[in-house]
Amino acid sequence: MAHIVVDGTSYEVEEGQNLLEAVLSHHLDLPYFCWHPAMGSVGACRQCAAIEYADEDDTRGRLVMACITSVRDGMRFSIDAPHAEDFRKTVIEWLMENHPHDCPVCEEGGECHLQDMTVMTGHASRRYRGTKRTWENQDLGPFIGHEMNRCITCYRCVRFYRDYAGGTDLEAFGSRGRMYFGRAEDGVLESEFAGNLVEVCPTGVFTDRPFSKQYTRKWDLQSAPSVCPGCSVGCNIFPSERYGDLKRIHNRYHAEVNGYFLCDRGRFGSHFVNADTRLRHAGVRDDEAVFEAGGAAPALEAAATALGAERVIGIGSPRASVEANFALRTLVGEDNFCNGLSAREAELAALTIDIHAAGGARIPTLADVERADAVLVLGEDVSNTAARVALALRQAARGTSFEMAASAGIPEWQDAGIRGHGQHHRSPVFIASVLPTRIDDIARETLRATPSDIARSGFAIAHRIDSAFADAGTKHDAFVQEAGTALLNAERPLIVTGAGCADASVLEAAANIAWALKARGSDPALLIASGEANTMGVAAMSASLSMDAALDAAASGEADTLVVLENDLYRRADAARVTAALEAAQVIVLDALETPTAEAASIALPAASYAESTGTFVNYEGRAQRFYRVFEPTDEIAPSWQWIARLAAAAGRNDCTWDGIDAVTRACAAAVSALSGIGAVAPAADYRVEAQTKIPRQPHRYSGRTAMRADVNIHEPKTTVDTETPFSYSMEGENTGGQPGSVVPYVWTPGWNSNQSVFKFQQEVGGPLRGGDPGVRLFDGGTANEGLAARFREAPEPPRANGGYRLVPSHALFGSEELSARSWPILERRRAPYLVLHPEDAERIGVEAGAGITGPSLGASFAVRTDEHMARGAAAVAVGYAEAPGPLPDDAAQLLPDPDFVPVDGDPNVIARG
Amino acid sequence: MTQKPLTERIDRHGHVGIDDYEAGGGYAAARRALREMTPGEVIDLVKDANLRGRGGAGFPTGVKWGFVPQGDAAGKGPKYLVCNADEMEPGTFKDRYLMERDPHLLIEGMIIGAYAIGARVAYVFLRGEYFESHRALEAAIRDAHERGYLGKDVFGSGFDLDLRIHGSAGRYICGEETALLNALEGKRAQPRLKPPFPPASGAWGRPTIVNNVETLCNVPAIVAHGAEWFRDLGLTDDAGTKLYGASGRVKQPGLWELPMGTPIREIVDVHAGGMQDGYKLRGILPGGASTDFLVEQHFDLPMDYGAIAAAGSRMGTGTMILMDDSVCPVDLSRNLQHFFAQESCGFCTPCREGLPWIEELLTDIEEGRGRPGDIELLEKHGGYIGAPGNTFCLHAAGAIEPLSSALKYFRADFEAHIERGGCPYRTGPVKRVGMGTR
Repeated sequence: MAHIVVDGTSYEVEEGQNLLEAVLSHHLDLPYFCWHPAMGSVGACRQCAAIEYADEDDTRGRLVMACITSVRDGMRFSIDAPHAEDFRKTVIEWLMENHPHDCPVCEEGGECHLQDMTVMTGHASRRYRGTKRTWENQDLGPFIGHEMNRCITCYRCVRFYRDYAGGTDLEAFGSRGRMYFGRAEDGVLESEFAGNLVEVCPTGVFTDRPFSKQYTRKWDLQSAPSVCPGCSVGCNIFPSERYGDLKRIHNRYHAEVNGYFLCDRGRFGSHFVNADTRLRHAGVRDDEAVFEAGGAAPALEAAATALGAERVIGIGSPRASVEANFALRTLVGEDNFCNGLSAREAELAALTIDIHAAGGARIPTLADVERADAVLVLGEDVSNTAARVALALRQAARGTSFEMAASAGIPEWQDAGIRGHGQHHRSPVFIASVLPTRIDDIARETLRATPSDIARSGFAIAHRIDSAFADAGTKHDAFVQEAGTALLNAERPLIVTGAGCADASVLEAAANIAWALKARGSDPALLIASGEANTMGVAAMSASLSMDAALDAAASGEADTLVVLENDLYRRADAARVTAALEAAQVIVLDALETPTAEAASIALPAASYAESTGTFVNYEGRAQRFYRVFEPTDEIAPSWQWIARLAAAAGRNDCTWDGIDAVTRACAAAVSALSGIGAVAPAADYRVEAQTKIPRQPHRYSGRTAMRADVNIHEPKTTVDTETPFSYSMEGENTGGQPGSVVPYVWTPGWNSNQSVFKFQQEVGGPLRGGDPGVRLFDGGTANEGLAARFREAPEPPRANGGYRLVPSHALFGSEELSARSWPILERRRAPYLVLHPEDAERIGVEAGAGITGPSLGASFAVRTDEHMARGAAAVAVGYAEAPGPLPDDAAQLLPDPDFVPVDGDPNVIARG
Repeated sequence: MTQKPLTERIDRHGHVGIDDYEAGGGYAAARRALREMTPGEVIDLVKDANLRGRGGAGFPTGVKWGFVPQGDAAGKGPKYLVCNADEMEPGTFKDRYLMERDPHLLIEGMIIGAYAIGARVAYVFLRGEYFESHRALEAAIRDAHERGYLGKDVFGSGFDLDLRIHGSAGRYICGEETALLNALEGKRAQPRLKPPFPPASGAWGRPTIVNNVETLCNVPAIVAHGAEWFRDLGLTDDAGTKLYGASGRVKQPGLWELPMGTPIREIVDVHAGGMQDGYKLRGILPGGASTDFLVEQHFDLPMDYGAIAAAGSRMGTGTMILMDDSVCPVDLSRNLQHFFAQESCGFCTPCREGLPWIEELLTDIEEGRGRPGDIELLEKHGGYIGAPGNTFCLHAAGAIEPLSSALKYFRADFEAHIERGGCPYRTGPVKRVGMGTR
C-alpha cells in the first residue's frame, strides 16, 4: 500500500496502479473516456489530465494523464488545479467539434457518459467554426444500432470487441480526424458479446436496437436487481420497464460473476416478456375442448375440483424459481413431485451435485476462471451453452502475457503494451468438443470427437496425471499428453465441462481429471455448466418422481391430475409419452407463455415472468441469487407461487398460506436442507436503508407519472405499495449504494448518469459492491473426500456402429434456450435447426450442405451442415429448438434426405456464429 | 582519412556498386567487427564516438544499443534491428540520397549494428514512395548475399543475418519508431505507449533497435577509423559529419555532407549559393517541417544538436526549409498544419481534433475570415497540443513547433491578416487548400 496526496488530502492506494483507478477507487470525480475498468489504459482520449507535483515545494507541477501514471508512495497530485481543469475542458471542446447536437433525439441522452463529462468539465459554448464531418452508418444487424456521427474516437469499441472479446469483424478504419468504427461492410456483428458495445461506448454510437424501437429515457425506466434466466451462469442484470413493457436489459455489475459484461442471449433474450404469446388470463377448457378465458375464479374453481383427485402429481421446472418449485412441491407433496428435468438432465444434475459434494475441486467463479493458468474444456461448447464463461476463458488465456509483461516491467494496466509484448503467447487452453467452438482461436490444441470419445480421452488424461485413476484407451494420445502435462504444471488449473453433451461419462472424466490434479497436490477448479438458470436449484430439491415416472403415472391413470409449473414437457421427454400423459390427466399449467404443453392444458394459469416476480435461482457454482420483481404484472398474471397458494386455498388446504415471497423462501430454506442458505441471499421485505426509506425502483427524475396514463384517466393512480420486497414502485427513497449489493436496483449518482457510475457503488474499481457482492454459495467443492480415484472407474466403451447414426446434441446460443428463443431480436438471429455430418456420411446419405435431412426419431427436418472433423457415424443435432424440442434418442438413428426441405438461411457451413 | 565518410564514394562513382564499394574499403569494417570485436566492444566504440541519432532526436546511438538485453536477459526468441527509412519529414531527402546512391553503406552499417545488439533479423522500413531506393537496396542485398555478407555465417564469423525490406504503406507517423513497429507487425500505424521502449519490447514484443538510415551509415567509418577520428570530424561538441540540406528560394537547393556544426549562414550562403535574386531570407525551419523557425538573429549559429536547441528549435534532420519574404507566414503555417492534421494517426484527441481546428483557424485568417481572439485561441490550443506529454506521441508537438514560433516571430503578419480581413501577400483570388475531404 502507498499513500498519495490529491488536492491536499492523503489517500491510501495500491502501489503501481494508475492514478485514475486510484482516485476513482476513492470515489473522486475525474473525467475519462478511453479507460475502462476491465480493459485497462491506453491513453487515447487525454481526458483524465491531472497535475503531478515533484515534491511539496513544487507549486506548478506538470500535466499528466492519470490513466497512464503509476502511483508510488508519497506522490502528490491535483485534480482541481485550474490548469488541469482547463485542459480537460479543452479536450471536451475538441471532442465536441464534430459531435452532433442531437442529444434530444439520441438514445444515449440522459445516460450519456459524454454528456456527463461535458457537464463535469464545464465546457458549454462552441467556438469551433468549421463544419462537422458526417458519416454513413451501417446496418449491424438486429441487436446494435450504429450512428457514427456521434463518435468521439475513444477506441473502446474495438478494444472491447477485438481485444477483449476476440471478435474480428469490427475495425477501426481510416486515420486522423476521420476515424470510422464499423464493419468492412454492412452486416450482422458476429460476436455473441456485441451487445456490450451499447454499454462500452461512452456515447450514442452503438445503441440497443430493440430498445430504440420502444424507446424510453433511462430516467423514465423502472428497474430492479435481477438474474438472467438465459443459462446456468446467473449473470446479474438490470431489466427495465415502462408502460408495462420490459424495455431492455443492462449489465448489473458483479465482481465474481459477470463483471461488466453480458452475452447477447442475456441482453436481447428477455423480450419474450412482452410477447403476444404471453398467457394473460386464466382459462378452462370446456367440454368441447374450447378454451374459455373466463377469469381467475372459474379457473380456480375448476382447479379445486381437479386437485381433489386421489393423486395429484406436480412437475416443477429448472426455469422457475426455487420458491415456485417449492410451492408446488408443498402443494403436491414430495412423493408426487418431479423437479421438471428430463431423465438425462436429472441424471447429470444429480451427478454434478454428487461430484461437487465429493469435494476435491473448487467451483470457480468467473473471476476464478479468468485467473486460471491452464484450462481444459471437456465436451462443453460454452460459447453456446454458458457464453459468459467463454468470455472469461478468453481472459484466462491472457494470463501468460501478464506474466511476461510483469517481468518486463510493464504495468498491468498498460493494455496495449501487454498485448504487444505478449503477442501470440497464451496460457495453455485445450478444447475437446464435438464441433468447432467459437473459442478455438485461443486453444493450444483442439480435439474433435464424439462425447464418449471425449470422455475416454478425459479418463486417459486423469490417468496420466495420477495413475490411481482409471485409464481408457484413446487415439488422441498427443492431446492427452499435452493437456495432462499443462494441467499438472499449472498452479490454478481449470476443467470446464457441462451438461451440454448430455453424457454422464464426460462429467465423470472431468471430475477424475480434477481429482487427479488434487491428488498430485494441485489446487484444481472444476466448472460444470449445468444447463438452465435454476437447474442446480431444482436438483438440490429432493423429488421422488422422475420425469418419465411422472408422465407414465399420468398416462396410466395412476394419477388423475398433473400440475405443470413453467415447463414445456415436450422439451423434457419423448413427444408420444408427453402427449399420452397430457391426454389422460387433468392438466393444470402455470406458465408465462403459450407452449405446446399449455395448449394441452385443462386449466391454464398465467404466471409472471422473472421480470414480474421475485425469487431465487441457483447457478452452476451453487450460488443462490435473488431476482426481484421489476414491475407489477397486468391482467390476471401473478407469480406462480401465488397461484399455487390460491389453488391450495381453493382446494381447502391450509398449508400453503404464505403471505409473501419471503415466507416461501423461509419455508423452503427450513424444509430443504440443501437450500437452507437461501434465506440469507438478500434482505427481507422489511429492510430499510439508513434514512428508513425503501429502495426506489424509479430514479429520482422519473417523469410523466400523470401524463403516462392521461389517455385513460388524468388522475395519477396511487402507487402500488410493495409489501413483498425492500423496493418501492416509486422514486421516493434512497439508492446510495450503501445497501447490500443484492438490492441495488440501478446505478446512478449525481454527475454520473451513465452506467459508468458503477464505480461509486464499488468498494474499489473492479472490487466488490459496497454492500457486498450478491448471492450465497450453497456448495463450493469443499475439502476432498477419501477414495476419489475409486469413484469413476468405468470409461465408456467406444460405441459400435450398428447401421444408424449416433446423435449428439449441439447447442445454439440463439435458438436452443426456450425463453430467449421467443424474444423477437433473438428470433431474428436464430438460424434454422441444423444437423452436422462428416462430408462422407452426408454423401452416403445423399445430402449436401444446405439440404434437408430428417429421420423417424428426429421429429423434424434439419438443415445439413458438414464438418470434416465430425466423427464418422455421428450426427450433431441442434437441440432445444421449437421444431424438435425433445431429448435426442439414445439409439442409433436413421437419417434420410428431406426433398421437401426449404433452406432458410445463408452459409450452411458457418457453425456456431451465435 | 576521409572527411566525408558518407558521400565520398558517391562523389566518385555517382551510384556505388558492390565492386566500387569494396574497392574503397567497403565491408572491411563489418568484416573486422564480426571477426575481431565482441558486440560489447562495438557498442562501446559507438558510444565513445558520440554518434547521435540522425533521424532528428539526436539520441546517442551506442547508449541506445546498450539498452538491448544480452544473453539470458534477452529471453527466448529473436531480437531485431530496424532501419527507419520512412523519410517523410517535409523538406528532407537525405536518407533517400544515401540509399539510392550507396546502399551497401547502409547494409554494412546494419550488419555491424545487428551484430552489436545480437539481432539475426533486420528490416529496412522503407518509405513507400521510395521506388528507386527500393530497387537499389534490393539489388545491393542480393549482391551482398552472393558474397556471403548477408545470410548464413556472415564473413565466416558464424553470425547469421537476414536483412529484409519492408515497403511502407505511406504514413508520416511511421517515422515514429513505435508506430513504425506497429506497421511492421501489420497493425494500425499508431504509436505505442512507453514504457516499454523498443529495446525492451519492440517488434513482436521482442528487443528491437530502430535507427535512422544516416545514423547506421556512419557506423562503418567509425569502426574503420576509430572513435576519436569521428569525434574530431565535428566542429563543435557533436561528432561526425552531417548531411545538411536546403530547400526554398536559394540558388542551389541540395544536400551536402559537412562537418557537424557548420554554421547556418555558411550552408545557406556558400553551399546553397545564397538566396535567389530579389528574395530575402526571413526564416528557416532548420530540421524539417516539425521544427521551430529560426530567424536572422540565429543565422550565425552552428548547426548542431546543442546550439539549435539552445535557440529554441531542433536540428532535426538537418535539412532546412527556407522562407523568403515573398512567402506569407500564415499561408505557410496553414500549409504545414494541413499536412500535420492529415498525417495524425487519429489516436489521441488533442492531435486528432486539435490540429484540424488549428488548420481551420489558419485558413480563416488567411482567407479573411479571421476574428479578434483567433491568435489567442491559436496560442492557447497550440500550447496545449504542443506540450509534450499532453498528447500520446510527439507528432502534435512537432506540428506546433513551426506554428508557435511563427506566432512569435511573424506575429505582425497574423495580426495584419485579421485587421485587413485578408492576406497582404495576395492579390488574386483566394484558393482554398483546406482539408477539403473533411
